[in-house]
Amino acid sequence: MSRIVILGAGISGHTAARYLDKWIGKKHEIIVVSPNAKWNWIPSNIWVGVGQMTEEDVTFDLAEVYKKTNVDFRQAKAISINPEGSADSEKPFITVEYTLESRAGEQENIEYDYMINATGPKLNFGATEGLGPDHGHTVSVCTAGHALEANEKLQATIDRMKAGEHCTVVIGTGHGMCTCQGAAFEYIYNVDHVLREAGVRDMARIVWISNEYELGDFGMGGVHIKRGGYVTNGKTFAESLMVERGIEWITRAHVKKVEAGLIHYETLDGEFHEQEFDFSMLIPPFAGVGLKAFDKAGEDITANIFAPNGFLKVDADYTPRPFAEWSAKDWPRNYQNPTYKNMFAVGIAFAPPHPISKPMQSPNGTAINPTPPRTGMPSATMAKAVAQSIRDMVNGAKEPTHSASMAEMGAACVASTGSHVFKGTAATMTVFPVVPDFEKYPDTGRDIELTTGEIGLAGHWMKYILHHTFIYQAKLKPGWSVLPD
Amino acid sequence: MANKVTNKEPYQQAYYPPAPTGFTKSMRTSVIWQFFRFIVINLKMLKLMSKSHH
Repeated sequence: MSRIVILGAGISGHTAARYLDKWIGKKHEIIVVSPNAKWNWIPSNIWVGVGQMTEEDVTFDLAEVYKKTNVDFRQAKAISINPEGSADSEKPFITVEYTLESRAGEQENIEYDYMINATGPKLNFGATEGLGPDHGHTVSVCTAGHALEANEKLQATIDRMKAGEHCTVVIGTGHGMCTCQGAAFEYIYNVDHVLREAGVRDMARIVWISNEYELGDFGMGGVHIKRGGYVTNGKTFAESLMVERGIEWITRAHVKKVEAGLIHYETLDGEFHEQEFDFSMLIPPFAGVGLKAFDKAGEDITANIFAPNGFLKVDADYTPRPFAEWSAKDWPRNYQNPTYKNMFAVGIAFAPPHPISKPMQSPNGTAINPTPPRTGMPSATMAKAVAQSIRDMVNGAKEPTHSASMAEMGAACVASTGSHVFKGTAATMTVFPVVPDFEKYPDTGRDIELTTGEIGLAGHWMKYILHHTFIYQAKLKPGWSVLPD
Repeated sequence: MANKVTNKEPYQQAYYPPAPTGFTKSMRTSVIWQFFRFIVINLKMLKLMSKSHH
């Protein structure tokens, strides 16, 4: 019997856990370690952040769901990995510290035969002075709790506008190296929508601020789509949406510091600017969760296993080379650590070989470019592929049997631009592949038939149906495995 | 009216991007047209997903 330990129970960790349970859960041991008691459908936090959904609508208790399965759920935080074991243990193990109230602070070593790192990101608010809800002046929608607080502050701002005060709303990214622009993009349109519903849109100036070179980059170097007889860039699509809603934008910006009501930012041309705000939601940069690694002798091997940003190295080509020499082949296919073959990383936890957008820096040496997205559909696809590989490896396969390169997979993103069953809209975007492959698709790097974008009510219906479908699936309700991931 | 605006500041940020016409906006929330688009988008996504798993 093999033991598979999964670190993290977000979209990728939970996807791996439920498939492994379905396939091999009765014959092998599956342990999920997550510091959070609840699973969160993160895309719908946007609706929590504007008061159209509650925390209960987007979360559920993980322990209750895993009770229905053979998965052993441990509410704990992973601290370190010993992939060679130690003087006291022949087998590799993870050291965890419980966050469950009844065992809080208690540490335990959990041995494993296979390990999947799906820890997701550390929300690195500390990278920008004054950023974030805990020690800063901006709000966030990255967790359900953050989104609740964002809505409280948004409603207070709406009340000020109703009282006749003009307010400035600033939404976007809070650092030059952020990813996940899509979440901020969704949030700005939903804020615009609720301000209109509240009858105070004319009292608000709404400003988008982002580290993207141009609007619509989304950390993917932008997209090209067919529209109106042209193959046009997603920039046109994104700018058009902003113009239609009367939203201004600032791009190529690195937020350096946030004070109460004032954002200090640097732009790619090296200039320094300030932007006042009354309400601001800025996405933080992501980092690895800070796992340490030790060899059998107890020596720290963290730098060998993890990239400097804290993400786990996998089967990517990390050789440093100029942007022009980057290739779709650099991207990992199996998500297997090259040194320790029983160790995998999926979702945000794996270290990408390089950004997708071109790296740039200001004359002051400040890097201002989005880092690659690994959330949502790609994270579920890679988690399922790794689960398939581990299923086959515990049954005798020598190597991973399934691949899910971001340069060979597509992604769909449905970005709500206002929630209403008849008046709502969403921008539906698909890209194939996520990482452009210019050898296969020389013009735009992507399959132009499968890379699309359109705005409409159909997108809102899809977003709403996806919300319920994915929560139904994650709760392991009957027939969950026939639903698409 | 001394402060009446007789001209508009040109070439501002919102000057260049395409703005949707009334017809385009109405089609975006037309239930019949959007039902058709819903089917089309779903088919596209299924095709995209089928090509993503190896």
